[in-house]
Amino acid sequence: MNRTLYGNLIFELSKKGRRGYSLPQDYDRTHTTAELPEALRRKEAARLPECDELTVVRHYTNLSHNNFGVNDGFYPLGSCTMKYNPVINEEIAAMKAFAGLHPLQPVDTCQGALEVYFNLQQSLAELAGLSEFTLNPCAGAHGELTGLMVIRAYHEATSVPSASAEGQRTKVLIPDSAHGTNPASAAVCGLEVVEVKSLPDGTVDVEHLSQLLDEMGDQVAAMMMTNPNTLGIFEPRVLEITEMVHKAGGLMYYDGANLNALLGECRPGDMGFDVMHINLHKTFSTPHGGGGPGSGPVGVRKGLEQFLPTPRVIFNEEEKQFSVEVPEGALGSVGNFFGNFGVMLKAYAYILSLGRENVKNVGPLATLNANYIKERLRDDYLLPIEGLCKHEVVFDGLVDKSTGVTTMDVAKRLLDYGYHAPTIYFPLLFHESLMIEPTENESKETIDAFIDVMHKIAAEAKNDPELVKSAPHNTPIGRVDDVLAAKQPVTTYWKSIKA
Amino acid sequence: MFKYFPHTEEDLLEMLQACGVSSVHDLFADVPEAARFKRDYDLPQALSETDLRLFFEQLTHPLSTQQLICFAGAGCYDHYAPSVVQNLIERSEFLTSYTPYQAEISQGTLHYIFEYQSMIAELTGLDISNASMYDGATATAEAMMMAWGNAKKATRVLVAETVDPKVRRVVDTYAHFHGVPLQLIPAKNGALDREAFDKELAGGGVAGVIVQQPNYFGIVEDYTGIADAVHEQKGLFVINANPSDLAILKTPGEWGADVAVGDGQSLGIPMTFGGPGVGFMACTEKLIRKMPGRIVGQTLDNRGQRAFVLTLQAREQHIRRQKATSNICSNQSLMALYVTIYLSLMGKEGLCEAAEMSYAGAHSLCDKLLATGKFQLTFPDQPFFNEFCVDYDGDLDALLDEATECGYLAGVKVGEKTLMLAVTEQRTPEEIEELCEILDKANH
Repeated sequence: MNRTLYGNLIFELSKKGRRGYSLPQDYDRTHTTAELPEALRRKEAARLPECDELTVVRHYTNLSHNNFGVNDGFYPLGSCTMKYNPVINEEIAAMKAFAGLHPLQPVDTCQGALEVYFNLQQSLAELAGLSEFTLNPCAGAHGELTGLMVIRAYHEATSVPSASAEGQRTKVLIPDSAHGTNPASAAVCGLEVVEVKSLPDGTVDVEHLSQLLDEMGDQVAAMMMTNPNTLGIFEPRVLEITEMVHKAGGLMYYDGANLNALLGECRPGDMGFDVMHINLHKTFSTPHGGGGPGSGPVGVRKGLEQFLPTPRVIFNEEEKQFSVEVPEGALGSVGNFFGNFGVMLKAYAYILSLGRENVKNVGPLATLNANYIKERLRDDYLLPIEGLCKHEVVFDGLVDKSTGVTTMDVAKRLLDYGYHAPTIYFPLLFHESLMIEPTENESKETIDAFIDVMHKIAAEAKNDPELVKSAPHNTPIGRVDDVLAAKQPVTTYWKSIKA
Repeated sequence: MFKYFPHTEEDLLEMLQACGVSSVHDLFADVPEAARFKRDYDLPQALSETDLRLFFEQLTHPLSTQQLICFAGAGCYDHYAPSVVQNLIERSEFLTSYTPYQAEISQGTLHYIFEYQSMIAELTGLDISNASMYDGATATAEAMMMAWGNAKKATRVLVAETVDPKVRRVVDTYAHFHGVPLQLIPAKNGALDREAFDKELAGGGVAGVIVQQPNYFGIVEDYTGIADAVHEQKGLFVINANPSDLAILKTPGEWGADVAVGDGQSLGIPMTFGGPGVGFMACTEKLIRKMPGRIVGQTLDNRGQRAFVLTLQAREQHIRRQKATSNICSNQSLMALYVTIYLSLMGKEGLCEAAEMSYAGAHSLCDKLLATGKFQLTFPDQPFFNEFCVDYDGDLDALLDEATECGYLAGVKVGEKTLMLAVTEQRTPEEIEELCEILDKANH
């Protein structure tokens, strides 16, 4: 990473008359858009940049040098599973035969693509212990929403027609430690959120859950759970919980955000979950791309398949052919076509590369890395919950609170040393949360070096707290003024030149 | 040892010892016995890189996956993108980074999203763009919920029948669960039936109106007067637009729209069987705090430098939980980068030139098809851009099959007798000529 700011905007490099493209000039010019009535045409051409090709190439190359990715260094961002993104997967996803495929081609001209879709959904079903998946949702939150829609569609189809409005299942139970997307997805799906309390050890308060089920069990559509939970702790009473909710007539939703920890050791379907989503961009190594595209396949247990969204990819055993179906009575659609096919290609390539003999080591190695960090850092960083963690570990800031150095300061100081910061101030259960997720791809040497730096920062906090509080010093920019950005938002170049 | 796992036996021993356990499985002692997975997954054995390549090469053999010369559109277009776009996209600093929460080491991402927002605002003629959404269909559904949330006493949202049925299916699905009653406004000669629209609007209680431009059938509609009528009821006017055509067409802003949404795929993104693409959303300044999704804003750092940062996060799920404007927490950042680099290269002139070529090609193809005497325009006298519908009296399925055998994707069937064809600047005069010959000579 370049530690000085490049800083230009493409608009600032534009000069009238320059161009960065070439198009054929030999075509039938009988018709031009001047034929369109004036009322249908824009008054002025869009003010897009005018740049030659090299200017554009340098500009984006220079911008990339002000960015930090997994390929640049350790990225222990908790809850985000920043794995290595294998290069071969990019090569496969960029194959011309896939990149040039139109989604509405006749099915007999895209059997290869449909096979990838079908086989990936089969593989995910096996890994999750569920019956069937749709790969259509484009991201984790999109998967959550789709999964909740499946649950509502199931209740709509199975509820007694005479049930009064009060008798309908419109509530969803969500632990207070859940990611914000859980309640937000529930709200978009028209469900009412009821919070389930956590115990001091961060796990679900089963007694509170039981009380809630007694009060409103017949109105509960589902309970959403992340397991391991957002503190990286396996919910020890998960089997009891799923049984209680099922008894009350609700379904169990598994938020697959933390699935990586469990690969090889246990499956959501075997814990009693009915519906779940998987983040292919976490557990199955597809790149996060600075915030997307992701992919959020949704799986269901046997008996719920008919509620999955359309279109669906089906394999016809007799004809040995894949087809695309839009069955009646299904949920409807949640996106343009089949979801993010390019992402699916990468995830499938990853599963095939690992194979059955390596997939099973993912969870154990990721968990070993996290527990190792937990044990090695607990002298300087406050471990609020004793016991085993899974793929990630949460500290509550520095042990020594007397220095005034906060979690934010530690995170920013890490940037100076060439690391991405852990997730900070989440989960909300602690004031100074610092959540570290190393993934299975990181070597002992990388982790040891990170641990040394964390100890060094703890020492700096004691000996030279100002140095840490004013970090970062060694990055393209210093800390930013968030208040200024939000107070009078400048969100386009046009506004910035007016200001 | 596997290539993605660096742990040697020695490493494992030392690390297990530090954790006070003797096996990695001991780290799962808290998992109840009944929930343990004890067999091997029923998955294929690991493939070497060589075998993996071979596997995908077989899947892309023309017998399984056929490259067709594409005259299909219907929401996914085969546009030209300069070679530079794909090359820069693959830079790992962009590809392997996360959402730019740590602004100090994410200025690359934040800069290009700011550029993207500026370009989308300019194309749509609106003030504010978010950092992108999943696709055009979900962006339209988000706009529907935005209109619903913005209204005080509304009872429904109106959707034109001329909106892509795939988009409508998504809007319907979201509306059903979100509890938004939708009303379909019928089409007349392929365009919004203004009489039916006026009548429906007069019923009051309209939170928003959703139309498409060019509409599903490729027709460029005249939306004069709609914005005023919708605003009289304090509703939002939402236009789903094809951004590559906005090089030439009147912008959603000029039509008086409050929100513009659509699919950015036509701006440099490969078709890839329909995804990943990118949805865009732009709106008026007034609505900025009601907008879903990420937004990047300009600010200063503590060294006085201009810097960019995720802003107005108080709208979002990680702060507001169930009270957020949407559940969306990602954006299609890398796909927005495709769009940004594409628009930087094509620039002011290139986007217009590509649009002109697409327009000219489509109209040339249309003239030639009509000249065969075997096709009639489905919606006569309606202006279209680069996509249009023709009716065919014979066996349309057989006709399309024959074209496929000749290596052409002749369009998308949108009715028993109706074929919809799209032309982009990628289609050469020779291909247009040859497609016409194939369709003319076929005897179905």
